[in-house]
Formats: sequence, structure tokens, C-alpha cells
Amino acid sequence: MTSRASHLAVATFAGTPFVRRKERNEMVAKCFFGMMAAAMIVPLILIVGYIVVQGWPLLSWEFLTTNPRGGGVRGGVWSALIGTLYLVGFSLLISAPIGVLAAVYLNEYARDNWFTRVVNLAVVNLAGVPSIVHGLFGLGAFVYFANLNEGKKSIIAAALTLAVMTLPVIIASTKEALSSVPVSFREACWNVGATRWQTIWRIVLPNSISGILTGVILQVSRTAGETAPVMLTGVTTWKMIESTGWLLYHPVKDQCMALSMHLYYIATQASGAPKALPFAIATVLVGAVVLVNATAIIFRIYLRSRKKW
Amino acid sequence: MSTASLAKPQPQEGSPTMAGPPHGITTRDLCLWYAKFQALKNITVRIRHGIITSLIGPSGCGKTTFLRCLNRVNERYGYVTTQGEIQIHGKNIYDADVSLIELRKQVGMVFQRPNPLPISIYENVVFGLRIHNEKKASRSELDAAVEKSLTEVGLWNDLKDRLQARATSLQLEQQQKLCIARLLPLKPDLILMDEPCSSLDVEGTRAIEELMRELRGRYTIVIVTHNMAQARRASDECIFMLLGELVEHSRTEDLFLSPKDSKTADYIEGRYG
Repeated sequence: MTSRASHLAVATFAGTPFVRRKERNEMVAKCFFGMMAAAMIVPLILIVGYIVVQGWPLLSWEFLTTNPRGGGVRGGVWSALIGTLYLVGFSLLISAPIGVLAAVYLNEYARDNWFTRVVNLAVVNLAGVPSIVHGLFGLGAFVYFANLNEGKKSIIAAALTLAVMTLPVIIASTKEALSSVPVSFREACWNVGATRWQTIWRIVLPNSISGILTGVILQVSRTAGETAPVMLTGVTTWKMIESTGWLLYHPVKDQCMALSMHLYYIATQASGAPKALPFAIATVLVGAVVLVNATAIIFRIYLRSRKKW
Repeated sequence: MSTASLAKPQPQEGSPTMAGPPHGITTRDLCLWYAKFQALKNITVRIRHGIITSLIGPSGCGKTTFLRCLNRVNERYGYVTTQGEIQIHGKNIYDADVSLIELRKQVGMVFQRPNPLPISIYENVVFGLRIHNEKKASRSELDAAVEKSLTEVGLWNDLKDRLQARATSLQLEQQQKLCIARLLPLKPDLILMDEPCSSLDVEGTRAIEELMRELRGRYTIVIVTHNMAQARRASDECIFMLLGELVEHSRTEDLFLSPKDSKTADYIEGRYG
């Protein structure tokens, strides 16, 4: 007893060599992980910075609003920019409502049976299919089989292809957002006799809308950047539209240009293009995506601010 | 329609525990399986109208399952099968013509963790009215319902000046009272409580028990509790369940003072559970 008491009295909380080793490991781990996190930012800054700096001499309002001339090596990117906006816009117009509603069904209504499991499995696998495969599917299904433009490529075929490609990802991200709403909220609703729809409309959707939007927004950048699927189904290297006025009529049964395809063409096929041109096109592409994302984020903030809390 | 047959009988005057009051809930040979596991075994019980009945028993004895049968909320999960009969005010709630929406309107439930909806206090209370009224209720009707319900649960004086505050920002005890208040505008016959005090402190528990006593007589209350002392304090009748079976059902004081079954006696003396 006495020895124990004296032992207590001399407690100094001094670190042993083992403790010091643990502390050192802790430091090393922290630095290592921190460096990895920083390593993510560095390429982003380098790539975007390099592109913008290289493309800077050519960037101007003119560059955006004039059509390419002289085989693409002179002039701007107007037709390609509009083509990309059309493709992204139409594909999201198709895939966002279908994807969100399908996810609502899968998450809120579907019982856990073999059918639901097969659908969920299909969603996951479809999300992993390479985009060129989607392109080939679109070519077969929308260009040749559905014959939307007499066997030729069209904006609508490309938009449908992009929609098929983004659909599973939108479903997956929407489901994620919906299932982050606690089950207790749903139970509270059911137990006062709310139908599933009333529960979804009044409680589940308002509490998951920003997550759903985030998932949809992320698909904007993905669809804008895709080249392979649209190349096969609706995008061509040379198809001008008039650059007059803001109310644009671009027949959806026609083909169009797209920034991603234009960039590929200029960088690899066109001879005599100024060195800054591909970088300028890339800057416009990145800028367009950032702009759309920013708009969506502002919309999200607006939705949140409408709630009183 | 089921509405008519589930209509509330006239409340009896005088002490509801005396002989005579109608039976609020009658079950016959109620069995329930979670997939292959049988959670309820031939439960036959009559629960009186207008009093507080407590369900006690060790974890996993099926008391919560039984409670969740009474508004058929168990069926939300696909692997549940139910057999037997539950009559509420003489109507078998498993009949084909029973609307789950009407049933749950009249059989409200309060949960272990208070679960106010992430909307304002006001909207929480009128939520039921909003989803059940065919035409939009007028502002004054809603205001009246809020005042009445919050007064009934004793929250009106504390909250009347901040009805637009977010319900989830209230203290737990107030949240739980609000969850009870949320049921009242629908004029339920039956209030089911699943361990309503288990996330509350001593004061909160006392407040909820007092509230139960206030509501007694107007509503049939069935409460699941882990806390034997609470069952003893707060209920008129008591049901002891074990391994999915109903072991004993009698007046609370009889059950605790002179249990008929030796398993009940062992449980209330704390030999297991």
C-alpha cells in the first residue's frame, strides 16, 4: 500500500521513448496527409493558370462572338460555344427531371426486392461505362435506329446520348441527397397520416434540394467536356451559325460544333493555328463551365435563403 | 368508410378505470414475423379506452413491435408479415376497406427521440391539418388550432411569441411536447408513445408524465417504457411481455404488488431484464 501511494505522489507525466516515437509518427502522418491535400490544389492552379496565361493574347469579346475563319485558325469560337451550350442544356433538360424523379422513386417508394436491386445495380454499372461506349450506343440507337435526322448526326441525338450518360450519375447523387434526410422526419409524417407524396413534397425535397442540385451541377462540367460521345452522334468540325443577336435559333435536328471537339480539331488537325488558340479555346470551355456552376451555386444560395433558417 | 367505424365513442364520465368503459383496442391472436423471426406470438389483449396502459418487458420482447402494429406503421418494411386481428373501437384495422391515412390520423405516435419536423413550431402543429384538409384551412382556424394544441401540452405560454422559430431548436423536452401537440389537431382517439422519456432528463420526464395525466380520459394512451418505475407511476394498467408473448395484463398496482405469473414477479424484482 505504501509503495503504491508513493508511486502516485511522484507522477510526473513524463514521456517515455515510446511516447515520443508515437508523437513523432503523429507529426509525420499529419504532414504527409497535409501534403497530399496540397498536392491536389497545385495541379489545378498550374493547369488553369497555364491555360489562361497562354491563351490570354487571343481572349476578347470578339473571340467569343465571332465565328471561326480560315479553317479555324482565325476568328473566334462563337458556333462552338453555342453548340456546347445547346448540348449541355438539352441533355440536362432530359436527364435532370428523369434522373431526379427516378431517384425519388427508388429511394422513397421502391420496396427492397429483386427488381429494385437489379435497377440499383444497373445504375451503378451504367455510371461506370466509358463515354465512347455511350457514344457508340447513341450512334446506333439515336442516329441510325431512331433516325432523328435521316441517318445523319444531330444535336438532339447527341443531347440524348449525353443524357443517357449522365442519367445514372444524377440518379446516384440524388439518391444520396435524399437518403441524407433522416428517416425520423419521414416517420413523423407517416404517423400523422401523410402520404408518401406529401412527405416527399413537404419535407424530403425541401431538405435535400441543395444536394440534388449539386449533383446535377456537377454533370454540367462533365457533359461540356465530353468529346467522344458527341463526336459520334451530333458534333462536327465545321458548322457555322449566324452570330447575330442573342435569340438564337439552332435547329436541334441539325449538327453543331462544340468547344471540346473544336479544341481537339485545332490542336491536332488544323495547320498554321497560332500557338495561343488552343489555350484560348480551353479557357472559354473552362470559363463556360465555371459560369454555369456559379449560376447554379447562386441559385442554391437563393433557395437556402428563402428558408427562414 | 373506416372513418365512421373508427369514430370516437362518447367518453365515459367518472373514473375510467371502473368497470364499464368501452374497450379501445382489442387484439386477437396477433402474430408478427420479421422475415423468419416471430416477434409477436398470439397476442390477445383488450386495452381500455381513456386510460393509460403501459407495456413493459425486457429489450426485444416485442413491446415496440406491438405498439407499431396499432397504426400499422410496421408495414412500411417489406419483410414484415402480420396475422390475426386488431380492433380499434370495434373495427378491424386489417380490413381491406381501412385507409391507412385515416387510421394514422386517428392513431398518433410519439417516438423515443423527439422528431419535430425541420419547419417552424407553428407549421409543425398545423402539419396534420394541412395534409388532411381538402381545402386550405383559413389562417384563423390554423391559429386557433395552434393555440389550443400548444395550450393542451403546456407550451403556449413559453412559445407563443416565437411560433416561427425552428422546431428543432427547442429543448428536447419541449420538442417532445411539440410532437404530442402535433397529433392533437387531428383529434386522435389513441396516442401511442414509444419510450417518450428515454432521451429526456428528470425534469423533462416529469413534465411528460404530467402531460400524460392531463390527456388521460380524453385519449387512450399506450406507452412503451423501459422504466418500471415510470410504468408504476404513470399508468393505470400494465402489460408485461416476454419473448413476444403477453405474460400478464392487469391493473398496474396489482401487477406490481401481486403479480400472478412468476416470470412477471422475477422481472419486476429485477432478476433479469
